[in-house]
Amino acid sequence: MNWADFFNMGGYAFYVWGAYGVSLSVFIIEVLMVRHKRTVTLRQVRLLNRAGE
Amino acid sequence: MAINWFKYSAPSAFYNLAGKVIPWFAVPATILFVAGIYTGFFVAPSDAQQGEAYRIIFIHVPASILSMFLYLVMAAYAALGLIFNTRLSSMMATALAPTGALFAFVSLWTGAFWGKPMWGAWWVWDARLTSELILLFLYFGFIALHASIDDVRRADRAAALLAIVGAVNVPIIYFSVRWWNTLHQGATIKFTGTSMHIAMQQAMFMLLLAGWLYAVAVTLFRVRSIILEREKNTRWVAELVEVQQ
Repeated sequence: MNWADFFNMGGYAFYVWGAYGVSLSVFIIEVLMVRHKRTVTLRQVRLLNRAGE
Repeated sequence: MAINWFKYSAPSAFYNLAGKVIPWFAVPATILFVAGIYTGFFVAPSDAQQGEAYRIIFIHVPASILSMFLYLVMAAYAALGLIFNTRLSSMMATALAPTGALFAFVSLWTGAFWGKPMWGAWWVWDARLTSELILLFLYFGFIALHASIDDVRRADRAAALLAIVGAVNVPIIYFSVRWWNTLHQGATIKFTGTSMHIAMQQAMFMLLLAGWLYAVAVTLFRVRSIILEREKNTRWVAELVEVQQ
């Protein structure tokens, strides 16, 4: 099987890659979101801390 | 066996523990994900009836199982928080909800992309599909209800009730293919074994395990932010190295 056949997925390319592509993107976005949330939360806690000092 | 588990019900102790164990889940999750995808696409043979389209199963089945499993874990944490009034349990329930919702979404999305070529429809109001959609809405309901109440402990209690009542939906999803005549095929993995090719089974179990490890890692990462948010006025948070910077 060559790469062209592989990407063609026996004619089901749109469905197979549509399913996998979106699923993978969703997980990558979730990882970026939890990291962003941590950055934002830490910034808020630091500000609160400095205000209290 | 001198491990004092109650020690880790304190948010401060759990915050540190979670920070240490996250890589132990995240790294194996990545390795198993790559191995599972490789096995699913390059080792597992084509399906006799469905050709290459069946390969959606490797992400669809693990995502569906995890969407149900994570809901039960979330409801169990919520119930613990409600019964024993433990703050950390409620924080864990809150941290699990978005990840569970994502798995439910992936289950429905991959199902639609599998249903279209096989059944000729993206969506049908079938017992299995409808009950899975309700699961996604239960996750949304939990998140929205929690966010809509200002007093965080009251929010925990209200959302916990919703989570517990909604748990009845999980066995309905699981048994829907047996109880009703549905378009959805029967269970792929049965307690009596499965009829799948060995490489197909391996790919599916690797991705199931990868998904579980991922869910643990990302939930622990999220709960650490939730702990910081809720404990921001405490001394131990003020003394953290990452806060001192």
